[in-house]
Amino acid sequence: MPELLVGTKKGLFVLSGDGGDSYRITTRAFAGDVVEYAIRDRRTGRYYASVTSGFYGPRLMFTDDPPGEWRQASGIAFADGDDVSLERIWKIKPGEADGQLWAGTDPAALWESRDGGETWSRNEALWKERLAGDWQPGGGGLALHSICPWPGDPMKLAVGVSAAGVWITDDGGESWRTGFAGIVPDYMPEDAREETNQLCIHNMHRAQARPERLFMQFHGGVYRSDDQGETWKDIHEGLPSPFGFPLVTDPADPDSAFLIPMTGAEDRVVPGGALAVFGTRDGGATWSRQGEGLPTEAYVTILRQALDSDGEGDRMGLFFGATSGEVFGSADAGRSWFTVAPRLAPVTSVRVA
Amino acid sequence: MAMVTLRAPLKDLAGGNRDLEIDGGTVGDVLRTLEATWPKTSGWILDEHGAVRRHVNVFRNGEPVDATTALDADDHLQVLPSITGGT
Repeated sequence: MPELLVGTKKGLFVLSGDGGDSYRITTRAFAGDVVEYAIRDRRTGRYYASVTSGFYGPRLMFTDDPPGEWRQASGIAFADGDDVSLERIWKIKPGEADGQLWAGTDPAALWESRDGGETWSRNEALWKERLAGDWQPGGGGLALHSICPWPGDPMKLAVGVSAAGVWITDDGGESWRTGFAGIVPDYMPEDAREETNQLCIHNMHRAQARPERLFMQFHGGVYRSDDQGETWKDIHEGLPSPFGFPLVTDPADPDSAFLIPMTGAEDRVVPGGALAVFGTRDGGATWSRQGEGLPTEAYVTILRQALDSDGEGDRMGLFFGATSGEVFGSADAGRSWFTVAPRLAPVTSVRVA
Repeated sequence: MAMVTLRAPLKDLAGGNRDLEIDGGTVGDVLRTLEATWPKTSGWILDEHGAVRRHVNVFRNGEPVDATTALDADDHLQVLPSITGGT
């Protein structure tokens, strides 16, 4: 079974085990700080963590040995003339070029590293779009949290911003265009929906086996795009709610998506307390509830980055963590579940190393 | 030179030094010199605009100050986490 990186409100927990209840904490790092997100770049084995101290601010840390020393990356910072300060690093994502990583932040900006994450620079073309577009924050801030590279092509990228929609580049980030068509922001007056750029993307993932396809969890909708994110179709029918945050796909199955609906914007817990992952394997035409082994009186929230997958097909692993501090896992693509960790701090992110 | 007193984790980022003598005309000058001498402290006390972070307190001879405060040579600076920053 895989190693899990669990970001929490009280540090990073590295969990290792052979499945079932065998998982144990092998490392705790950044004790007392919020670990917003942590990944391991499988190309290099290097670990990255977005850490926010309540006192000393946000920073990106990296190491080749989680129990050992972590080093601080440089460059993810705004300049004097920007009139904003870094609030949070939401996402770290390996790119398609050698040594390339992407990061997304609040305030919404895209950052690129070409040296394995040691130094970073801001994507200026997208930053200019932000300034020109008067981007507005969602409840979690003005966050660039979804980064979707195109397998094998470093020139193509799509990013999701809360609350400024989908942005697409075909030239490695030199220029950007929007992917707003079809998204319906029902939190806006009807006569303002067509023109608004206040599109609260909650999560977005690309289908690895069919890269022109993307799935999106929206603030009141679940969408699929079959044209690189240019246009979107709502596919939430069959789900208990169109509202939620986490989303993953099966890398081998472009018709697949897995998510965890919440009751709604005003009640961000599992509907009826019945914790379950909902999955589709037909592009969103139908959804199946997958909750065997999960608690049925669990009024918890699963945050944006707190669901991940491992492998593919019927044996795909699924892992998620809740604000209650519990982490759950499945070794059969969600058909049955076990408890990985019962009592961590509130979980902000789960990633398979 | 001003005497700067740090506590963990800042002390650890400054090579384990609790007390450092640092030259500078203002609090900001001293803290930027601290960052230059001990780069791991960069961004921890001052934000990217050179202001003391919202949840960090800097005291000069026991009185709260900001980055623009002028210093005398024998001043004592203490850098402490505020009571507002924890979660």
